Amino acid sequence: MDVQTSPIANEPLDPFEDAVAAEPQAEIHPDVALVERAKAGDTAAFEQLVQQYERQIFRTAQHITQNREDAEDITQDVFFKAFQKLDQFQGNSKFSTWLVRIAVNESLMRLRKRKTSKTVSMDQDVETEEGSIPRDFAEWRPNPEQNYSQSELAEILRKTIAGLPPGFRTVFTLRDIENLSTEETASALGLSVPAVKSRLLRARLQLRERLSRYFRQNNEASK
Amino acid sequence: MNCTEFLSKLTDYFDGQIDPALLAEVKEHLGTCHHCEVVVDTTRKTIDVYRGASSYEFPEELSNRLRAAVMERCRTSGKLPDIELRASSKQSGQ
Repeated sequence: MDVQTSPIANEPLDPFEDAVAAEPQAEIHPDVALVERAKAGDTAAFEQLVQQYERQIFRTAQHITQNREDAEDITQDVFFKAFQKLDQFQGNSKFSTWLVRIAVNESLMRLRKRKTSKTVSMDQDVETEEGSIPRDFAEWRPNPEQNYSQSELAEILRKTIAGLPPGFRTVFTLRDIENLSTEETASALGLSVPAVKSRLLRARLQLRERLSRYFRQNNEASK
Repeated sequence: MNCTEFLSKLTDYFDGQIDPALLAEVKEHLGTCHHCEVVVDTTRKTIDVYRGASSYEFPEELSNRLRAAVMERCRTSGKLPDIELRASSKQSGQ
């Protein structure tokens, strides 16, 4: 198998490599038993794992790719690849983190394929200083999201996160939307903990600046 | 603590991973800097609004379709029969 370059970290990264130093060892997770059963040929056990994590994998893929059809394809590919490589999962990380790592790689590869000559590398994305220093200090209205219908709010949030560089969007998705710990996020992305924290800060600040246009007091952009 | 130093601690502050001495400095800065106070409030709201928003729809129909497709690919991949054979060999004590 070719060694892929992590689009996030620009370091060699095998998504199936289950050697995770960043994630602390924990008690044996119930998933480990399901994985062992699946490795032994119990398809019901593997199907249970698919059922447990398909929603998370689909959401993660859709957040990163911003495309529903891609997310469906990626979800299928992630579980099929996980199935094929099940023997490589040694239980050093959570099974869900292992899956997320595959999903992130598949999603970012999909983004790379989608882009053509306008491709901007993830490294350029993360080197930019844009959004790393707050510029908007307007206060927001109380419960500003209530000024919008559910569909309007969903569109605002979708447009706003879609404008982030993929490297930042991925970190924000895993850490703040999917609630992975900083260590799990680092593990899933093949990044160091400080790198995750740095990208998370910039992602949060950039989203804040962009949402402020809609949520600030006396705002002309909103209704 | 100035605003730049405060910003560098913002992630740890949000994540509750900041040592008590530094936390006291952060709070002291927040008490005197309105801009940073706004940044904290609105960044926290940013995180909350994304967490609270209804995620992308994942209807049962999609769940069933994806799972069926995954399991079908697994079954026809050529790997599963080997695994099942291994399992049945174990069961029969071979």
